[in-house]
Amino acid sequence: MRVLIAAFAVLIAPLASAEETGERVIASLSQNAVGITSTFTGSEIFLYGAVERGRLSDARDDDIAVIVTVSGPRQPMTVRRKSRAFGIWINTTSVEIDEAPSFYAVASSAPLDEILSHTEDLRHRITVEKAVRVVGEARASASPDAFHDAAIRLSRAAGVYFESVGDVSIIGRTLFQTHIELPSNIIEGDYVARVFLLRNRAVIDKFTTRIVVSKVGFERWIYALAHEQSLIYGILSILVALFAGWGASEAFRLLRR
Amino acid sequence: MQIYLPIAELSVNVLLLLGLGGVIGMLSGLFGVGGGFLMTPLLIFIGIPPAVAVATGANQLVASSVSGVLSHLRRKTVDLRMGFVLTAGGAVGSVIGVQIFSLLRALGQIELLVSLCYVVFLGAIGGMMFFESVRALRRAKYGAPRKPRKHHGWIHGLPLKVRFRTSKLYISAIPPVLIGVAVGILAAIMGVGGGFIMVPAMIYLLGMPTVVVVGTSLFQIIFVTGLTTLLHATENQTVDAPLAIILMLGGVIGAQFGAAMGVRMKGEQLRILLAAMVLAVALKLGFDLVVTPGELYSFGESH
Repeated sequence: MRVLIAAFAVLIAPLASAEETGERVIASLSQNAVGITSTFTGSEIFLYGAVERGRLSDARDDDIAVIVTVSGPRQPMTVRRKSRAFGIWINTTSVEIDEAPSFYAVASSAPLDEILSHTEDLRHRITVEKAVRVVGEARASASPDAFHDAAIRLSRAAGVYFESVGDVSIIGRTLFQTHIELPSNIIEGDYVARVFLLRNRAVIDKFTTRIVVSKVGFERWIYALAHEQSLIYGILSILVALFAGWGASEAFRLLRR
Repeated sequence: MQIYLPIAELSVNVLLLLGLGGVIGMLSGLFGVGGGFLMTPLLIFIGIPPAVAVATGANQLVASSVSGVLSHLRRKTVDLRMGFVLTAGGAVGSVIGVQIFSLLRALGQIELLVSLCYVVFLGAIGGMMFFESVRALRRAKYGAPRKPRKHHGWIHGLPLKVRFRTSKLYISAIPPVLIGVAVGILAAIMGVGGGFIMVPAMIYLLGMPTVVVVGTSLFQIIFVTGLTTLLHATENQTVDAPLAIILMLGGVIGAQFGAAMGVRMKGEQLRILLAAMVLAVALKLGFDLVVTPGELYSFGESH
């Protein structure tokens, strides 16, 4: 019973703050599924949303802010550091980042430090810096923060982590819209889009929805075959190569005649 | 025109890949080498993960060596018996090589191993070829007589002698098997056919006639790269079939142009050019190992 009450309390907690101001946020995506086909060059997802109020909007609502985050599947990752040994650069130390999203985009209606407090950021893990976590064993290593920062820097350089300040446009105090570019080097899995409604640097409501990214058609087939039937895949790869080599040799013999 | 590669998990321009296959095919037609030593570093350079580049490179080499062997078979310039002996060693070598590859990949040292192998082997072979060719050109100029090839006495003292009719040799099977093992290991680690090691070894160590060397080496490369492809596919799941097919397509077309160009050029000039290219690749990779990198951190492959 106590567990139930606790669970209920957790469920009701975010609602409570929304109750106080009577504001709720809802949103919808242009698509909830992204298929990676052989011509996939990335995808652009549009998000539309609205703030619900039990009253008419007025000048008090000019100070609302919206942050949208899209996060790829979370996974542990290894970050390695090179150092010079025997005159050459070798990977010497590595740190396991416990949890890092494979993709992370943050769009906001204003600069994040103006609309989001540090405690709210910690609670909801909104900024890129908070979304990547080094805990447990890795914390004990010599310089976990350097590896944490490196993971973010590398992901930014690869174009899978980014912020777009001002990309959420709020229309008439109630409606808002934004778009998130998914690059071509994203991985498969369940992506989570979160929409935060903020006032006075505090989150007053939150909306979550899912985007399923998966390889489809030929790409799906090749990937599944390579991983689940790797022996057959290997044999097929060789047969294709043998055939290509034989075909080329025959084709050019005919051409020369 | 972009294509998404399902195993490498990124999108690459098809024309770039076709061009890459074409240029390397042209060089291989021109010089009679597989071109794997250029293909793998270039694939890594355009952003393909090293493990995928090595495995896919091996797959692509199966196609180019098959088309090469078929024309050598028609000219009867393949020593099949020698080919099978080399292949037996090569099979053992590629199994060992793929194991080493998997182990070092897990340890995060695979890029270092691949780079080091390239620097050491390409540097040594390129250097040897370069000086040899320069000396040969000088000899041709001053008309000095060419020294007769030395036959190594110790090779003839080994047991398990086999008669290789096409090569006109009666030697122990042990040295060819050992050469096969060495080349197999390199094929698995470097994603190369190993022709650049095999050909000099056959000429200088085994004393095979030059005429059968290229065909026999290609014959053995089919099996070694084929086995390497299979092992990488099952152990590491890193063979990207669509990537391999595009490279093959570019490669076979390029090879025909290369072969046509090769007819018009002198052998020694070709070898100097090839040596210069091999040395350039080795120097570039060596330089990257020594110079302080702009980014000290990198993601491990197994994340």
